[in-house]
Amino acid sequence: MNSRALWRQGLAVTAAFALVAAVLAAVLAPVLPLADPDTVDTPNRLRPPGSPGHTLGTDEFGRDLLARLVWGARVSLLAGAATAAASMLIGVLLGVIGGFYTGWVEALVMRLTDILMAFPFILLAIAIVGGLGPGLRNAMLAIAIVGFPIYTRLVRGIVLSLREREFVEAARALGAPDPFILARHILPHLLSPVIVAFSLDVGFKILATAGLSFLGLGTQPPTADWGSMLATGRQFVILSPHVAMLPGLAIFVVVLALNLVGDALRDLLDPRS
Amino acid sequence: MRRYLARRLLLLVPVLVGVSIVIFGVLHLSPGDPAEIMLGSQATKEDLARLRESLGLNEPLPVQYVHWISHVVRGDLGRSLWMKRPVLPEVLGRLGATLLLTGTALLLSTVGGLALGVASAAWPRSWLDRSSAVASLFGASMPSFWLGIVLMVVFALWLGWLPASGMYASYGGGGVGDLLAHLILPAVTLAAASITIIARLTRSTMLEALGQDFVRTARAKGVAEAGVVLRHGLKNALIPIVTVVGVQAGYLLGGAVLTETVFAWPGVGTLMVQGILARDFPLVQGCVLVVALAFAVINLAVDLLYAWLDPRIRYE
Repeated sequence: MNSRALWRQGLAVTAAFALVAAVLAAVLAPVLPLADPDTVDTPNRLRPPGSPGHTLGTDEFGRDLLARLVWGARVSLLAGAATAAASMLIGVLLGVIGGFYTGWVEALVMRLTDILMAFPFILLAIAIVGGLGPGLRNAMLAIAIVGFPIYTRLVRGIVLSLREREFVEAARALGAPDPFILARHILPHLLSPVIVAFSLDVGFKILATAGLSFLGLGTQPPTADWGSMLATGRQFVILSPHVAMLPGLAIFVVVLALNLVGDALRDLLDPRS
Repeated sequence: MRRYLARRLLLLVPVLVGVSIVIFGVLHLSPGDPAEIMLGSQATKEDLARLRESLGLNEPLPVQYVHWISHVVRGDLGRSLWMKRPVLPEVLGRLGATLLLTGTALLLSTVGGLALGVASAAWPRSWLDRSSAVASLFGASMPSFWLGIVLMVVFALWLGWLPASGMYASYGGGGVGDLLAHLILPAVTLAAASITIIARLTRSTMLEALGQDFVRTARAKGVAEAGVVLRHGLKNALIPIVTVVGVQAGYLLGGAVLTETVFAWPGVGTLMVQGILARDFPLVQGCVLVVALAFAVINLAVDLLYAWLDPRIRYE
């Protein structure tokens, strides 16, 4: 293995550690020795990082930023992972159906994905939130709906090529029913491309949900979430840049780590690319 | 070419019908009574009945859709509940600002991405190539709204070189110079991720093109290196690059919503977000429809550009 590959592997391992740390912090937030993330303390508002009792300073209501970042990680990470998982489930299901069954089912599935892809991604998500009303649950629903076509396209392409292969034809000739062929001969081939797509998608979905929260369409106050923390911190950016910088940095580091791990997974599971 | 254009225009019709159904659907299939959502919980029964009547909400959904779309094709997008004015002039008044921002960002990312990609391919594994690889990873991971705030803090607040927000200065502004100064930060913010994507793709397609036999022949003939890279390499690498530039155009049009909000840029995006927060359905519908239409036109333009670059596509 050359030095470049070693360096990349080291980077991916560091990224994986960073991710595990972020997930652990989010999961263990209730038992960690942190201040209450929603306790208002106006005399101590906008304290800089390193203030006594507030390692990362405080926000515009004097709430502890470290606590809000850790509690915000719960919302942001869960929102990213859950929306990516929902997109994946819908997308894979429709992709398998659209690739395996020809005729009107395929036409219906493909037209639906074409139409959804005829919108700029975030615009359609915003429109759906417009219909459902602002809020984290609706924002997640919107992003999950808008995000499934990429999986559908990916999976349908693979299923289409698999459908014509000899082992599928042989199974069919032996009288195997469709569900058996799908489960035994098609799904195993989808596993690694879908895992790679999913690992890269979680970061993208974290960015998207944070974006909607930033616009005021996702998480509503006083719940802490990285996107909405950034949005409120923006108003105090002249005097206290750290209030907006820290949540943005948190999003950046986590998404960067996810992308590094995703790239490493792709190298591992799909050496041809 | 004319037949290809006609076919592409015809294909646009079902997509636009689908887009209009989706836009109509998402705003009408939401749980609860739209009239109540729009007027809030304080509204009286009489107000609700009047709004339902004026928006035709008592009709079945398909009838409502036909009614709405028949007005839309005549250029009537309804009246904004919040601004009490027709929607279309409001949206069109803001569209110019959005297109200016998106267009500038697209120009920046195409020119910057091509230059960076060509240079990376011409000198692979150089420091420039490696920093461009790192930049692309950063570009894909950085929230654009955060990058906007960082740039604003550094260049507007600390260094004082550029204005922080808006499209023109409140006092004494209005010239082209003023507009350009206001445009730089939002356009760079919006373009940042796309520059890196276009650069990486240009690099890989260029490397592939430069490995072809005709490039070796050109070199053997004694063509200068710049000529080899640009005339023989870049020209043959253009098709996939045009594809990704087209995809990026749509991405930029959507991403403009976030960038506009960061920099208080008076475009369709900020109008749409205000519309959602004010529960102004006709305004939101109008904004989404106009931007989706702009997106469809951009996609069409990209397809035509392909057909022009690669004649094989026309005869498919």
